Amino acid sequence: MSSYSLILRTAARFLLPLLLMFSVFLLLRGHDLPGGGFIAGLVASCAFVVYLFAFDVAPVRRMLRLDPRSMVGVGLLLAALSGVPAVFMGDAFFTGLWLELELPRVGEIKLSTPLVFDIGVYLVVLGSVMAIVMALAEGEE
Amino acid sequence: MEPVLALVVGGLYAAAIYMILRRSIVKLVIGLLLLSNAANLLIFTVSGLTREAPPLISAGLDAPVTPMADPLPQALILTAIVISFGVLAFAVVLINRAWHVVQAEDMDQMTGTDT
Amino acid sequence: MMLTAVLSGFVLAALAPWLFRGLGARTGWVLALLPAALLAWFASFVPSVAGGEVHVLQHAWVPSLGLQLSFLVDGLSLLFALLISLIGTFIVIYGGGYLAGHRDLPRFYVLILSFMASMLGLVLSNNLITLFVFWELTSITSYLLIGFNHEDKEARRCALQGLLVTVTGGLALLVGLVMMGLIAGSFELSEILASGELFRDHALYMPILLLVLAGAFTKSAQVPFHFWLPNAMAAPTPVSAYLHSATMVKAGVYLMARLNPTMGGTEAWFLILGLVGALTMLTGVWMAYRSTGIKRVLAYSTVMALGTLTMLIGMGGEKAAMAAVTFLLAHALYKGALFMVAGAIDHETGTKDLEQLGGLRRKMPVTAVVAVVAGLSLAGLPPLFGFVAKELLLEAVLARPGPGWILAGLVVLSSMLVVAVAAIVVLKPFFGALRETPRHPHEAPPSMLLGPAILASLGLGFGLLPWLAGQGLLAAAASAVYGHPVNISLSLWHGVNLPLILSALILIAGILLYFKWPRLRDWFNGPVALDQYGPEALYYRFTGALSNFAGWQTRVLQNGYMRNYLLTILLTTVAVVGYTLFSRLGWGWLPSGELDVRFYELVVAGGIIVAAVGAAVMRSKLAAVAAMGVVGFAVALIYVLFSAPDLGITQVLVETLTVILLVLALFKLPNFSRLSSRMSRLRDVTVGVAFGGLMAALMFSTLGVQFEPSISAWFLESAYTEAQGRNVVNVILVDFRALDTLGEIYVLALAAIGVYAMMKFRSQPAEGRS
Repeated sequence: MSSYSLILRTAARFLLPLLLMFSVFLLLRGHDLPGGGFIAGLVASCAFVVYLFAFDVAPVRRMLRLDPRSMVGVGLLLAALSGVPAVFMGDAFFTGLWLELELPRVGEIKLSTPLVFDIGVYLVVLGSVMAIVMALAEGEE
Repeated sequence: MEPVLALVVGGLYAAAIYMILRRSIVKLVIGLLLLSNAANLLIFTVSGLTREAPPLISAGLDAPVTPMADPLPQALILTAIVISFGVLAFAVVLINRAWHVVQAEDMDQMTGTDT
Repeated sequence: MMLTAVLSGFVLAALAPWLFRGLGARTGWVLALLPAALLAWFASFVPSVAGGEVHVLQHAWVPSLGLQLSFLVDGLSLLFALLISLIGTFIVIYGGGYLAGHRDLPRFYVLILSFMASMLGLVLSNNLITLFVFWELTSITSYLLIGFNHEDKEARRCALQGLLVTVTGGLALLVGLVMMGLIAGSFELSEILASGELFRDHALYMPILLLVLAGAFTKSAQVPFHFWLPNAMAAPTPVSAYLHSATMVKAGVYLMARLNPTMGGTEAWFLILGLVGALTMLTGVWMAYRSTGIKRVLAYSTVMALGTLTMLIGMGGEKAAMAAVTFLLAHALYKGALFMVAGAIDHETGTKDLEQLGGLRRKMPVTAVVAVVAGLSLAGLPPLFGFVAKELLLEAVLARPGPGWILAGLVVLSSMLVVAVAAIVVLKPFFGALRETPRHPHEAPPSMLLGPAILASLGLGFGLLPWLAGQGLLAAAASAVYGHPVNISLSLWHGVNLPLILSALILIAGILLYFKWPRLRDWFNGPVALDQYGPEALYYRFTGALSNFAGWQTRVLQNGYMRNYLLTILLTTVAVVGYTLFSRLGWGWLPSGELDVRFYELVVAGGIIVAAVGAAVMRSKLAAVAAMGVVGFAVALIYVLFSAPDLGITQVLVETLTVILLVLALFKLPNFSRLSSRMSRLRDVTVGVAFGGLMAALMFSTLGVQFEPSISAWFLESAYTEAQGRNVVNVILVDFRALDTLGEIYVLALAAIGVYAMMKFRSQPAEGRS
């Protein structure tokens, strides 16, 4: 473990929360400005990969809580399910639905099935990349 | 700019093909990477280039008023980039495993199926 | 109703294994209820069909396309349907006894019922295409049934031979049938039958005739395709009795009889069918006389019968048509019975070799009686139905002017041998002294006696009362073959006439041939050119050559070197596409006009090319990977410069992860070594530059070309109004084309699972390989 650089560890400890927050920001604003599930998922993956280089696989696995493979499954499920509500509204599968909420102080919030879909994409991308990188990192030991 | 990028794509293809034809499997992977970049850039260029007009609708407007870059090829390429990463990961790991099993980097030593 | 009748066999076939689990040994008796019910139902058509009616039953299949399943019930198809369901009933019962305790008995039921349904579909179809589909289904079920004992290599080889011969013919048949349908303007048989002149005078008559006959001859084992039938005896005996004697091999005969009013009556029809039929008849009976295995003897005598039928159909005329259907019915009855008797003998004694059998009449008295009755019918002795059929056959041949005399001579010759064969099959095993056999024989169980007994009694009954079959059904069947109403009544006694005198002669000669059998057989079995250069040897030479050729071309094309495949693909692409480009446009694709370029863009573009070339020539792995990264980041810059911020960000992130991945996975691998020679590097550079040049040229030629209006304008306009998003790229990904994106993330997930599986579930590395 001593071979891991101190600078990298310090940086990773600060970078991880920052990058994760940034990724959520990118995910949520993706519908209107550059960003979205793919990009946000990749940013989050980068954050965890940096942390993995600094601290090894086991801490990352602990921090993820959810096994990356399950994350892929949950993501696929969310993405697929996001198309279902439209069917009950009499529309075609994957027709977007919006729910606009007016919250005090925060302002207008738009909840929508495309957003759910994008969260699914985010989870699949993050889960896939982490599954690949962690499998490789463990395999090389 | 399109003709210049056409030449760039041609150059990328040439380098990619050369690498894919090598006997070393690592070079094959690099060739694959160059090839996917070349293909993405090809689609991007052929669908027309626009400067400083990303397909983002300005706040307050319902529809764009000025010409914008074509969003469709961008959407196609975006997924292509992510998928080619997945495929690359698969290829790289396959090579990694193959190397561990065969202990050879030369593809000419991998023609059998018996290992 | 008709559709249900035809398809019920398939349904019951699917259920058979479950029924077997519940019913056990009684399954055969229960399953036989279906063919028995079908028999009763088909029998209800007899009065109206005998009265000259023709039923066409149609079922809408795909009404929107105007497709329908239609069935034709006339004398010919009804005769076949009755035979199929009659013999099918007893075969299902018999199979349960014959294969009792066999591990794969349920499979037998599945296959035999599927076959029955296919065969019914074949003879009842009123549409050439459905007829062909059922035709092929019978070939496939026949293949599976011949290879029933699939662990036996010989059985598999024989099954494959039968399949290859019949489906090759089937392929020719398909072409012929499609041509017929196109000429007639309809694939409905009832319409084709009404347009005979159209075919006989058509320029394509000869090709169609040859194609259709290729199908019929292979299916019905006519010379030179007869060799597969005796080999098909590798199947369990009930299968041989049903498929390879009574029904399936008669499909070719059915087709020829069916098309006789349309294609028949010409000189070519007579010559081909007459010649091939006569040749098959003689070959079959001669081979039967030579053989000693009881099933082989019966199989070759079936070949003889099929040849006779072909010859009769070829001859044309009222009498020949009547003789054909009468002979067909008689043959199905006695041959079905004899095969089942042969199976009983084999089952009880454990041998099929006639040399080892004798005196069984004391041990198996009922079987012996059945065998004698059926054997007398085969020999054509009164008062059996076989006699009626043979008399009519002689009459028909003698009535044919001109070459009739030659054919009559051949028929007499073959009939003599048939008498001898009948005697061999019946007298040898049952009479004389009892011989030691591998198993101790007992009387066969009831399930194996019922079928042959009833079939043999029918032969006797129709012989004593020939009008019973002749007046109604057979006359209607002959009418369908002849194309006009036939009115010939059958009778046992015709008075003393030429056929009767010939019959007496045949009988005497046949008995003589029987007593001389051991001597003559050895003499016949001397070195025969047919065995070495005959059609079967040719078949093996052909299949051998085919697999040699396949091996050779696989070694050449699938040589295991990826770059050879790639070079082939790339050079072909460059040559074909390049040729097209230059022949259409010349040098017109070269860009012209002002170049709208900014300096920093040129720098980025140049950077990409330099880095790409660098990645290609670097000797160090890390340096090559770094150069790769430069290419990726520069491409990202291009995306950003040309209004694709999402792409730029994605590319940068993916490039970062790619470099990490490459370092992780390839770090331990050795550095590049120079593996290829200077020459091959030069060759690959040339190929690469040629291909890159082609791609650039193609891009030049497509710049500014737009064939279809782009749909992007709609996306831009509707992104906010319809989908409430301002980032149009993201809107396309998650809303407009969400289903595509869903597919793409599935691919990504699959790649991750693949990687995980390869890393986690791996075998140990092989030792000692460098």
